[in-house]
Amino acid sequence: MLILTCPNCGLTADETELSPGGEAHLKRFGPGSEDIDFEGYLFHRANPKGVHFERWRHAYGCGKWFLAARDTATLEVYGTYPAQTTEPPAEIIARITARHPDWSPT
Amino acid sequence: MRRYSAFAIVREAARHHLGWERAWASPSPKARYDAVIVGAGGHGLATAYYLGKNHGITNLAVIEKGWLGGGNTGRNTTIIRSNYLQDPSAAIYEKSRSLYETMSQDLNYNVMFSPRGVMMLAQTEHEVRGYRRTAHANALQGVATEFIAPERVRELCPIINIDGPRYPVLGALWQPRGGTARHDAVAWGYARACSAMGMDIIQQCEVTGVQSTNGKVTGVRTTKGDIATGKLGIVVAGHSGVLAEMAGFRLPVESVALQALVSEPIKPCMDVVVMANTVHGYMSQSDKGEMVIGGGADGYNNYTQRGSFHHIEETVRALIETFPMISRLKMLRQWGGIVDMTGDRSPILSKTPLEGCFINCGWGTGGFKAIPGSGWGFAELMAKGHSPLTAAFGLERFREGRFVDESVAAGVAH
Repeated sequence: MLILTCPNCGLTADETELSPGGEAHLKRFGPGSEDIDFEGYLFHRANPKGVHFERWRHAYGCGKWFLAARDTATLEVYGTYPAQTTEPPAEIIARITARHPDWSPT
Repeated sequence: MRRYSAFAIVREAARHHLGWERAWASPSPKARYDAVIVGAGGHGLATAYYLGKNHGITNLAVIEKGWLGGGNTGRNTTIIRSNYLQDPSAAIYEKSRSLYETMSQDLNYNVMFSPRGVMMLAQTEHEVRGYRRTAHANALQGVATEFIAPERVRELCPIINIDGPRYPVLGALWQPRGGTARHDAVAWGYARACSAMGMDIIQQCEVTGVQSTNGKVTGVRTTKGDIATGKLGIVVAGHSGVLAEMAGFRLPVESVALQALVSEPIKPCMDVVVMANTVHGYMSQSDKGEMVIGGGADGYNNYTQRGSFHHIEETVRALIETFPMISRLKMLRQWGGIVDMTGDRSPILSKTPLEGCFINCGWGTGGFKAIPGSGWGFAELMAKGHSPLTAAFGLERFREGRFVDESVAAGVAH
């Protein structure tokens, strides 16, 4: 069972209480953008085997969105952080690089 | 290759079974092939087989990281059906189903295809309307299905509780020529036939890089050395994103875990396949007597071949209401596979931005049924550059907004 701590309400919730929301930190391309950018925003995903930043919603709790850093190859959770950020916070990056020295955010 | 036959069994019985040959050879890779397929699952091996049989390309290697048929080919619930809503889907899945009918004779390998019939239960008014629509669409597509009443459901599958309080059965979409097959035998049969055509099947050989010059593929780097080729087919299901990254492009695909489980073996009690999409469960009985049960996929990215327990719980809870007699069964085994999901729940059989490199992925939760049709179409695409079966499944459909949208029609359970 996947267990994440919601940074909004501070509760530790297991996955039956949460809804997954896909890859985080996507750059939005809206109306008027190039087709290729719009396609990338809507459909193309990094889908890494390893470190993955993703969106979750504490659906059956406080109802708010947050972000999580998780490893798709080991299911290890590196931490959660508020959704109001454009990139992962330094302490989460530090935790990931301590585990995987050759990993770099792309 | 020595043919399997009744005569062969008698011959070998008379000489202590010393004359059986290995079904396929395990050679070391050559330096160069006309074509290389990455992934020796059902789809990869079927592609290799039809490249040889239909297009004469036999200087070919199939490279596999693990062992033959050890990925999703060995992890599915073996259901074969073609009752899809959209025309391009119906075409490729029906081609596939029809190839399954003659596969044992074609490959000289018993794949135990059992056209026992597939029934998709309608348990809400919405589903009744949806399946009536699919039945009409199938009639136009030449796929034999019909919408049947609850009484007929009970006749075909007496163990169903058709008037349960939560999930009453209001009818079903019935495809009498759907069924199941022995999943391992499909991979083994294709492998044996490929090996007999002189193709190299190289197991325990991981691809670590894709080589190219001037936007054209020139070969692959593997743990058993570099292999040069001008034609590369990537057929690796859940790991498609990893291979695409090596080849330098991104895919509209996410990998998630899908689980299945089997019960202890019991006496024959169910001779059809039943799918209940409202409650995310499907069940059939194997020849060994085990009830084979599949459920819903996880919602988050995962490469571990393990899923969340609560999905199993939900599936079993719902199936017990529909099949009360299974409530005392013990479950023997549970496992997960990594499925590659696309946004419209339809596969990708396509050229890629890298010239000479083709990709076959995105079969999501329902790839087993498509193995021969996918191999047939993808082989044609690789050999000729286009195929009527795969034309609608190109990567460009996402940019152009031409989805083959099966996510509403069939995406819940395969």
